[in-house]
Amino acid sequence: MAVHFVMEGNLVYQDSNEARKLEGLPEETVKASTEAHPDEEKPDTPVTPVEDGAEAEKAGEEYRPDSAASKADKKEPKVTKNQFNFSERASQTLNNPLRERSCQTEPPQRCTFSANANQWEIYDAYVEELQKQEKNKEKQKTIQLKKDVDKKKKKMMLMETQNDDINKVGKVAKIIERMLHQNTFDDIAQDFKYFEDASDEFRGQQGTILPLWKFHYDKTKKLSVTALCWNKKYPDLFSVGLGSYNFTKQGRGMLVFYSLKNSAFPEYIYPTSSSVLCLDIHEQRSYLVAVGFYDGCVAVYNLKREGQEPVYKSTAKTGKHTDPVWQVCWHNDDMDNNHNFYSVSSDGRVVSWTLIKNELVFTDVIRLSLNAEDKPSTQQASTAFSSLLACGTSMDFHKQIDYLFLVGTEEGKIHKCSKTYSRQYLETYAAHSMPVDTVKWNHFHPNVFISCSSDWTVKIWDHTINTPMFTFDLKAAVGDVAWAPYSSTVFAAVTTDGTVHVFDLNINKYEPLCQQAVVAKHRLTHIEFNPIHPIIIVGDDRGYVTSYKLSPNLRKKQMMKKGQEQPKGPEVEVVKMEKLLSLLREPEQNTV
Amino acid sequence: MAGTGEGKKEEADYKRMNSFPLIRHTDMPEEMRVETMELCVTACEKFATNNESAAKMIKESMDKKFGSSWHVVIGEGFGFEVTHEVKNLLYMFFGGSLAVCVWKCS
Repeated sequence: MAVHFVMEGNLVYQDSNEARKLEGLPEETVKASTEAHPDEEKPDTPVTPVEDGAEAEKAGEEYRPDSAASKADKKEPKVTKNQFNFSERASQTLNNPLRERSCQTEPPQRCTFSANANQWEIYDAYVEELQKQEKNKEKQKTIQLKKDVDKKKKKMMLMETQNDDINKVGKVAKIIERMLHQNTFDDIAQDFKYFEDASDEFRGQQGTILPLWKFHYDKTKKLSVTALCWNKKYPDLFSVGLGSYNFTKQGRGMLVFYSLKNSAFPEYIYPTSSSVLCLDIHEQRSYLVAVGFYDGCVAVYNLKREGQEPVYKSTAKTGKHTDPVWQVCWHNDDMDNNHNFYSVSSDGRVVSWTLIKNELVFTDVIRLSLNAEDKPSTQQASTAFSSLLACGTSMDFHKQIDYLFLVGTEEGKIHKCSKTYSRQYLETYAAHSMPVDTVKWNHFHPNVFISCSSDWTVKIWDHTINTPMFTFDLKAAVGDVAWAPYSSTVFAAVTTDGTVHVFDLNINKYEPLCQQAVVAKHRLTHIEFNPIHPIIIVGDDRGYVTSYKLSPNLRKKQMMKKGQEQPKGPEVEVVKMEKLLSLLREPEQNTV
Repeated sequence: MAGTGEGKKEEADYKRMNSFPLIRHTDMPEEMRVETMELCVTACEKFATNNESAAKMIKESMDKKFGSSWHVVIGEGFGFEVTHEVKNLLYMFFGGSLAVCVWKCS
């Protein structure tokens, strides 16, 4: 066969071997030979195209059964099996079920804001800012200028402001304390001011004393009240001196100031190393307090100053007494306008102390000699100065006559002395048989004074006469006696049996108008009248001070006939007293 | 004419004097406040004639720095009432006549 033309195409001749292969028919070889050939070719074909791979083998294998089948069924149509006949296989894995999760955070907080943005607002804001800046600049300038100097001052200022705060709180606290006190003791305050004992009308001439506040301070428990003094300028303030009268039991003492407005706690407290025996408040300068001690010292306290120490204190070098100081008395300023006060003590000296700048200068005013100076017969015998000195226990200055004063002694004598005479007495009164506890001039009558003693008696004297005008036996040792500031004929006395006796000579010359037992089992040591209010304070040996109001009967003014004006003033009092005295003098004159 | 001329001069002087930024109201923390204020000043100076651009600049910067979404108002005369996230408001004056209000609210 000569091939003239070959073109690759996709048409396959139906009868060619290729076509039959594709269709799966056995190949023909001139019938028998072709059959034999395909047989031979068949093993060839499986053998040879081993390299073709599985497809050819498969085709070959399929060929054999097919050929066998084809032999049997020669002309059945065959489906060509090739790599394009594939079977689909699929599988599905398990899908996890879906779950929805959500979360919402808190949204950021919101708030509204509104404003107006106008030209004028902007302008105003800028102007304000400029002003602030200017102020700051000024402050900075001033601070820079004073930096160094002010560093210290600033520290001080800080301290002061702190202190001021505490002080302010202190002041407020004080006021509140007083308010509380007033509320607590409201009934007492009401009584003090308004209560007038109506039953006095039925009592005839008798009177009573109504107890008011009780003043007590814890730390004074074992001390007795040794001195009382009202403040003239602040009539609600009084001072209490505390110590011990017991010779064997001497310890510390205290100086305490109370106000009627607060009976629970003292206003001022000054602890002292030795018992306070006496004290006096200056009349004009009511912050100066003179104090006499058991150890013989005298001291001056200034209430205005902070601190617990006295401003002046006498020492052994500066002439302090060698024995307890029983009485101190302020006196008028001397010619150099220095304050001065007098003290009397058991060492027999009456000393005048002058406050000169920082010092206390002392001058012996008088030495109380034992021997009576007015006995001429013994004068020669006693040319040698008597070394024995009497013990002074009390003194008082005359209200009007500057140089005149009285001294009471332990021997029971009262000496009338003058500042100018240092050796002699002007007069001596044989007053009592026991030490004279108190001598006091009358507030009104210039001649009259009163004295009391442990010999149970109270005596009233006219200093011109050697014998007492009145004598009262109070049946117990008298601790203290005091004239009333509102009347020349009223006085009060306290005794060691705890009784207060109030007398009015105008009404009853022999008996007290009021005799009231105030404390049981304790001695009363001192008594003082308030200069303005009708109350008295009484101190006892437990350290308590009690205040009492005098009932109207005790405060009676002179009864006048109807229609006449009631005269007022000290002259009246003087006249009153004079009447009494004249009554007494007349019988004396008569007898003389 | 001279009077008005002088008046204008005064105004210009005044504006120059008071061109410091004055914070009127804010509840931002310190750092944020300082940063925001400086940003506003920069923007206003850059776009002195165009408030919109200035506002755009401020808003985009704030969004980048502090998160969305910020709102900015710049003007010379307006009133407003806004709801803002707490600690994310700044209201300030600048340049003597400008008011800037910046707040965040998503």
